[in-house]
Amino acid sequence: MYKPNDLIFRTTTSLIAFILLGFSIYLLLAGHNSPGGGFIGGLMTSSAILLMYMAYGMDIVKKILPINFRLLILIGLLIAVTTGIVSLFIGVPFLSQTFTYVTLPIFGKIELATAMIFDIGVFLTVLGVTITIISTIAEDQ
Amino acid sequence: MSNLAVLPIIIPLLSGIIVAFFAKNVKVSRVLAALFTIINALVAVYLTSVVFTDGTVILETGDWVAPFGIVLVADPLAAVLVMTTNIIALASVFYAPFALTVKKEQHYFYAFYFFLISGVSGAFLTGDLFNLFVFFEVLLMASYALIVLGGEKVQLRESIKYVLINLFSSILFVTAIAFLYGVVGTVNMAQIAERVQEVEQTGILTTIGILLFFVFATKAALFPLFYWLPKSYIVPNPVVSALFGALLTKVGIYSILRVFSLIFVYKISLTHEIFIWIAALSMIFGVIGALSTNNVKLIIAYNIIPAIGFIMMGIGMFNEPALSGSIYYLIHDMLIKTALFFIVGAIVYVAGTSDLKKMGGLIHHYPVLGWLLFVSAFVLAGIPPFSGFIGKLLLLEGALENDKIIIVIIALLTSLLILYSIIKIFVNGFWGEQRHIEPTEKKPLAGFLVPVAFLLSFSILLGVGAEYIYPSIESISTYLLNPELYIDSVLKE
Repeated sequence: MYKPNDLIFRTTTSLIAFILLGFSIYLLLAGHNSPGGGFIGGLMTSSAILLMYMAYGMDIVKKILPINFRLLILIGLLIAVTTGIVSLFIGVPFLSQTFTYVTLPIFGKIELATAMIFDIGVFLTVLGVTITIISTIAEDQ
Repeated sequence: MSNLAVLPIIIPLLSGIIVAFFAKNVKVSRVLAALFTIINALVAVYLTSVVFTDGTVILETGDWVAPFGIVLVADPLAAVLVMTTNIIALASVFYAPFALTVKKEQHYFYAFYFFLISGVSGAFLTGDLFNLFVFFEVLLMASYALIVLGGEKVQLRESIKYVLINLFSSILFVTAIAFLYGVVGTVNMAQIAERVQEVEQTGILTTIGILLFFVFATKAALFPLFYWLPKSYIVPNPVVSALFGALLTKVGIYSILRVFSLIFVYKISLTHEIFIWIAALSMIFGVIGALSTNNVKLIIAYNIIPAIGFIMMGIGMFNEPALSGSIYYLIHDMLIKTALFFIVGAIVYVAGTSDLKKMGGLIHHYPVLGWLLFVSAFVLAGIPPFSGFIGKLLLLEGALENDKIIIVIIALLTSLLILYSIIKIFVNGFWGEQRHIEPTEKKPLAGFLVPVAFLLSFSILLGVGAEYIYPSIESISTYLLNPELYIDSVLKE
């Protein structure tokens, strides 16, 4: 039986995937007022998942990440559009945004912006689209 | 500030997402799609009535003030076109269940249909040139998905051509916007217009204008750039063809109308003179294409090109009757092209073929279909009292005012040939003995015919009720001829 010689690849993947996932969350949270954002965060998360696909194979990753990525696109879109629509109901122009400062026990004083929610929507959409495209091409025989 | 201007964009967008959740359940998605389309149509009608009573509705999105943020401008022209788009959407959503197989409906047809409507409405409403590019991309993305819906070999072949040509023109579009931004330092259409006016369109500005014209001409399928259109518009399902034929090319011609009535209007002897000749050539070549084929779908698809030529002719003349004619013809053509694509879809469905030589005698079984086609041919060619007549009359009046006799002759001859090309379907397909291969029992057609009748009733209304509609159209063309009105409504609130 053919056995791929990918010990180094698998070992580094389990390390790098963690760093990628962590950094992508950082990018997502930083996005609305410093470099980063939902789009690049989503791309980075999907690159981490893609790396795991390549190292461990589709079936195993699908078992540990039982996510319907097509549904994720829709949920992401819905979140992003909803952030715009909320402003219609409170009588401010479409896509208006606001922010506030809150003090949390460990993190201290942080800024919470509604632009963040939009970014989460973008994040989920990009993640869903990228994985759907890549897995569709990969499954195509 | 009024959020009303964004509703025709946001309602279809949200509907598309909601419908996509229920994509596998065809019954639920049909009901939801119909419901959302009706709501959106009502909103569009309300928007139009507000615009015509209280003037242009402006929305500065995200509360960013006009030249810096993105503005949505529901001026009379945009409002009327959004309303027409929604009438077409309403007809399409009731036609779709009969034209599409369940499997195609499950493949997110309704979701992409809503995204297409959203993109088209956005392109009409936006007051920002870069945002116009974004909405072009939204509607193109949806159209890429719709053109391959079903995944047949011929669809994939044509879609490659379609995607490539559109990608290329999008690249050119962004480049042209970048050039324009480099010169005038803004992408807000009102501010561009203001600054181009200040320097009287000197230097490189006319060149950039022509570059933009080429981008829009590719989308609108004008004379040298129409080669991609006919074949790629006939491969998808009839309801998709109808949406493409009615909306996509019209967005291109709307952009030309907007940009060359608002921004680049100071070198008319150069730019608009070219438009007249391009219009004439589009008419001639389009109608030759329509006469050259026996494929009923292709006949209708080729007929898009001379119609764009007619609208272009009015923009080239650039006087009040001609512009009114262009707008009248634009609305008329959106309605009638949808109706014709629907009729042809029904013909292909009952005859089992799209080759005219294999048809015949359809009138025995389907008299209503036959007479609807007959009326549509008259509407399209501009026989009074239908809507095409009013549009063409105004266009010819405008052309005569500018002493352009040659184009008047070309336009009249083209109209005659357009009538011939459609009547050919009627004569060969409906007269004579029954020749089609399909079994002779009658297929139920009511579902196909009701949307067609719905659209034709608007066409007839536009023609017969011209007395009541014309003043509104005239006010739009007066508005277009005075760019200050647009600039003031956006920048000086």
